[in-house]
Amino acid sequence: MNITDAEIAAARARLPEAFGAPWKVRIRRRALWALFLGLFAWCLVAFDFSPSRIWTGLTRLGDVLGFMFPPYIWKSWAEFSEIAKGLGETLSMAFLGTLLGAAIAFPLSFLGAANINRVPPFRLAVRRGYDIIRAFETLILALIFIRAFGLGPLAGILAITVSEIGTCTKLFSEAIENASERSVEGVKAAGGGRLHQIRFGVLPQVMPVILSIVLYNFESNVRSGTILGIVGAGGIGFLLSDRISAYRWDEAWSIIFLIIAMVYLIDAFSAVIRTRLIGTWDGSR
Amino acid sequence: MSVTAEFTANPPVAGASAIAAFERDFAIQRRRARRGWTLGTILFLLVFLLTAWLGDFFKVTQITTPEGTREWRWLLLAGLPRLGEYVEKTIPVLRWDSLGADLAEWFWRWKIWLKLLVETILIAFMATTLGVIGGFLLSFPAARNLAPSRPVLWAARRFLEIARTVPDLVWALIFVFCFSVGPMAGVLAIGLHATGALGKLYSEVNENIDMGPLEGVKAAGGTWFDQIRYGAVPQVLPNIVSYTLLRFEINVRSSSIIGYVGAGGLGQEFRTAMSFQEYTDLSALFLIIFLTVVVIDYGSERLRHHIIGMEARPA
Repeated sequence: MNITDAEIAAARARLPEAFGAPWKVRIRRRALWALFLGLFAWCLVAFDFSPSRIWTGLTRLGDVLGFMFPPYIWKSWAEFSEIAKGLGETLSMAFLGTLLGAAIAFPLSFLGAANINRVPPFRLAVRRGYDIIRAFETLILALIFIRAFGLGPLAGILAITVSEIGTCTKLFSEAIENASERSVEGVKAAGGGRLHQIRFGVLPQVMPVILSIVLYNFESNVRSGTILGIVGAGGIGFLLSDRISAYRWDEAWSIIFLIIAMVYLIDAFSAVIRTRLIGTWDGSR
Repeated sequence: MSVTAEFTANPPVAGASAIAAFERDFAIQRRRARRGWTLGTILFLLVFLLTAWLGDFFKVTQITTPEGTREWRWLLLAGLPRLGEYVEKTIPVLRWDSLGADLAEWFWRWKIWLKLLVETILIAFMATTLGVIGGFLLSFPAARNLAPSRPVLWAARRFLEIARTVPDLVWALIFVFCFSVGPMAGVLAIGLHATGALGKLYSEVNENIDMGPLEGVKAAGGTWFDQIRYGAVPQVLPNIVSYTLLRFEINVRSSSIIGYVGAGGLGQEFRTAMSFQEYTDLSALFLIIFLTVVVIDYGSERLRHHIIGMEARPA
């Protein structure tokens, strides 16, 4: 059975909407695309994306990438110990920042969970407070803390701590809200008070989730810890920005590859800990 | 009670008393758990001490007391009053009867800031667009079910990993050198980082699609492009739009600070205000960035819910 062109044309005339979107939708789509392309083109002009500039930039980028080979290798321990200390500082900042942030966020998160804090206006106010903490950029916090605590990793630790409080309170209180009510009722039926219900009904359910969240945040803080040094808050970022501003690209590339290796190792390590402590718990409930 | 009854009904060890056997097993379990707990705690404390030493957490420093003598204090406690003083300095003087003039003085550079704010948002917009294009193109070779060959899969995945592991601020340092100071370096830096992050998310979406529609299009005589266009894209589009909007929020945050290394946007004003010690400028900039982030987060959340709602509704 073959369909002729005439039959298709007849069908199109009878049911135009089966062959395409209504004209209103089509006009709106066209307008959105035009707006998007117009904005994009305007940005290209305003940001001076001229072909000559792109070409010079790419040749310079090629030169810079060329410094990757042969890779720079630190000859002596005296030279490398500075880099090792920077990596250690970054890891320390991420570890202590995550630890302190999670420790402070843990008790606070109960105030933001609907099944613990049963006063809606108070709970909503607390949650807005957490949102405000989350809106602070880690790098800006680091800039502020450097003024108070001086250049060095302590400012970085505190910056990570504060942003960690914002993230963890939100995620922890969501985990607490997702805890099943049945074990809480069981403790209640056995005569447990409110604190018993939380301790023996809620906590055993949320601890694996919280541990998993803390591990994930540790991984992401190792990544953000590398940039805090660029503004002077200690860690490997300081050495990296120092090498780049001195145009020692070969060493800078080696530092970047060390950072990538460190992030890989930390991800693998935390995956091991996660399966060991939490098992193959899906965390969806 | 029930444990004892069960154990007497089915004695686990023949000949031995069931309760004694249970208590022995329980003691072994208990000892093992305690040993694990102690080991974990010791290990944890050791890591804590090591990191505290590396991170100068317990650093003591000399401070000048109000009486003029020098004393040794823990840096964390010594810094807190300084933090308070610093924050206090950034709070502008606002009087009720001259509110307009005070506000005008607080936001005295508002024309420049407004221009830079627009630039910040446009950098995020451009970077998100570049990230979407790059991530979308690379998500097909980086998806296990769609990649043409293993070396291509490997190369695409490694590229995406490197692009997202190196922070955008580091890419900005490199691109500022190559493409000179200005928003172009910021767009490329955030765009490259976003390519890495979005490419990974998109490829995960691609790996989870139902291959049925693709086969349907193939059976109706569609080419490979028809299969992707009519079989795969409709399935992945809602997820892609949602991830893209989330990325846009993140990119606005990044572009607001990326000017610190000279890559355009409001960040460069932060640096100027810091070095000129214009304390009230800092609070004004802080407020601008804070409000922008809140407004954009709110708007994109509404849009995302709208799109998810459209998807849930039967077509």
